[in-house]
Amino acid sequence: MSGTSLVSARERAIAVLGGEPDDATLRRYLHGIAGVDAVGLEQRAAGLGTRSIKTSSKQWALDRIIELIDLTTLEGADTPGKVRSLVAKAVNPDPSDASTPRVAAVCVYGDMVPYAIEALGGAHGDPDDGLISVAAVATAFPSGRASLDIKLADTAEAVAAGADEIDMVIDRGAFLAGRYGLVFDQIAAVKEACRRPDGTSASLKVILETGELVTYDNVRRASWLSILAGGDFIKTSTGKVAPAATLPVTLLMLEVVRDWHLATGQRIGVKPAGGIRSSKDAIKYLVTVAETVGEEWLQPHLFRFGASSLLNDVLLQRQKIASGHYSGADYVTID
Amino acid sequence: MSRLAVPKTYKLYIGGAFPRSESGRTYEVLAADGSFLANAALASRKDARDAVVAARAAVSGWSGATAYNRGQVLYRIAELLEGRRAQFVAEIEETEGVTRAAASAQVDEAIDRWVWYAGWADKFAQVAGNANPVAGPYFNISVPEPTGVVAIVVPQDSSLLGFVSAVAPALVAGNSVVAVASERFPLSAISLAEVLATSDVPKGVVNVLTGSPAEIAPWLASHADVNALDLVGAGALDWVSLEIDAADTLKRVLRPESGPDAAAPALGRIAAFTETKTVWHTKSLR
Repeated sequence: MSGTSLVSARERAIAVLGGEPDDATLRRYLHGIAGVDAVGLEQRAAGLGTRSIKTSSKQWALDRIIELIDLTTLEGADTPGKVRSLVAKAVNPDPSDASTPRVAAVCVYGDMVPYAIEALGGAHGDPDDGLISVAAVATAFPSGRASLDIKLADTAEAVAAGADEIDMVIDRGAFLAGRYGLVFDQIAAVKEACRRPDGTSASLKVILETGELVTYDNVRRASWLSILAGGDFIKTSTGKVAPAATLPVTLLMLEVVRDWHLATGQRIGVKPAGGIRSSKDAIKYLVTVAETVGEEWLQPHLFRFGASSLLNDVLLQRQKIASGHYSGADYVTID
Repeated sequence: MSRLAVPKTYKLYIGGAFPRSESGRTYEVLAADGSFLANAALASRKDARDAVVAARAAVSGWSGATAYNRGQVLYRIAELLEGRRAQFVAEIEETEGVTRAAASAQVDEAIDRWVWYAGWADKFAQVAGNANPVAGPYFNISVPEPTGVVAIVVPQDSSLLGFVSAVAPALVAGNSVVAVASERFPLSAISLAEVLATSDVPKGVVNVLTGSPAEIAPWLASHADVNALDLVGAGALDWVSLEIDAADTLKRVLRPESGPDAAAPALGRIAAFTETKTVWHTKSLR
């Protein structure tokens, strides 16, 4: 997978902003975006959550959810063994049913990338080909509190180790302090660090950590900022802060992506992460995506779920459909 | 001037809450003379599913409590039952159409039975467990452990006593329970649930479904997250096929009982829902 090239991203940003992306220009631009109708947004999200998806549509949705999952382990206690078992699960989610699709990617800390790639072996590749990508969190995840040099080194190391996708966190402190230029420059610099020697580039997911941005207006501004700076994906959360992904926030980010697509023709991905544990919730997200940006977004290069326990619930639902009776936690793996 | 009647709608008891049926269905509970008594929830398979989820979540806490603590909690329920005996007597009188004396006798026996089982909570393991003789310098000890989630079709021809006789023994060892109440006499079961909700029993340990056992039982019998199935009150159902369904996931199954001695108090009812764990431990050679 290759991301957008940096030069065109910066040029486009300058064209959109009408000037260099410094604090003043970005502030003028981002604060000029219309405010979010919070009540309307939450009502719309709640309305989308009431759709009833049954039988064959549900079956399709469950399989598609699996294909869109970034199977994640981001614990301080992660070991190479834990990563290997995660990869085994990603490659073969349900050993009792060979028709189960594979997940899109595994998401691990940067130092675990080599173990993930080794464990994936021939299954490592582009999710479009039925293979599994390796995503690495970088830039002093989850807090993002480190100097730029360290963040870039963190990113470059993960890319050099073979990560296909980089999940970076923005500097929420700088964003909330109004230093939009700094946030822009950091994203642009990390984007540059995603470049590989052969000229291709790892895909960049920009984590907004919406739980720390406080208001919907801030989420909308951060989404625009991240896209302007060259992010290929915007991601809601690290999963370490509550609230993590919520349906209204994801809807809001999808609307930004839709508006960006209308304005520039470029497709940006969205990744809700954290707190999506049930198939029922995940299906609500699929509905929201299809209704906001269209069904073409329901593919691994444009939409992902950051999740770990969601996969088990989806597998239980699949087993229920296949067998006709309710399944239980004893019939899926513990992690 | 007479007061306006306030008929009660009896709801389900799932995970410590009293939800209506997910399906929105209810059915009329009639008195012995055919007059309307109350509306009760007509549980669906999804209510059964939710009840199993709640029961599963409660297993670790309830089975992890000390046996002494479980005994205290169960005994406390008997105390609360005693305090609300007038309500239970009146309900049984109305629903079963029996005399006040017969209803009182049933409540008395239910409370006594509950106390009897509560007493076994911290004594059962001594009786059912064992220190096994082995030819070596080892202790070899067998202890009964709860099997997990027990689904129960309670006796259908009794309102309170049948429910207590089937549910109490499953709780003693530390299982959590999904009980399908008597279809004809469901009111006492839900009233008992109201007692449980205000006692110290953790939420989800007992879940009560009202409605048609014929509709709900097959879903519980085939549910892979249910560990045991008590068919004591399923005599009128196609219980053989329920047993076959249960065999697919290796459930422990108790067969239907009928007659006045159905679900009589017995250690066997406690033991039926336990798994024997045997451990070896080295003996000191001095």
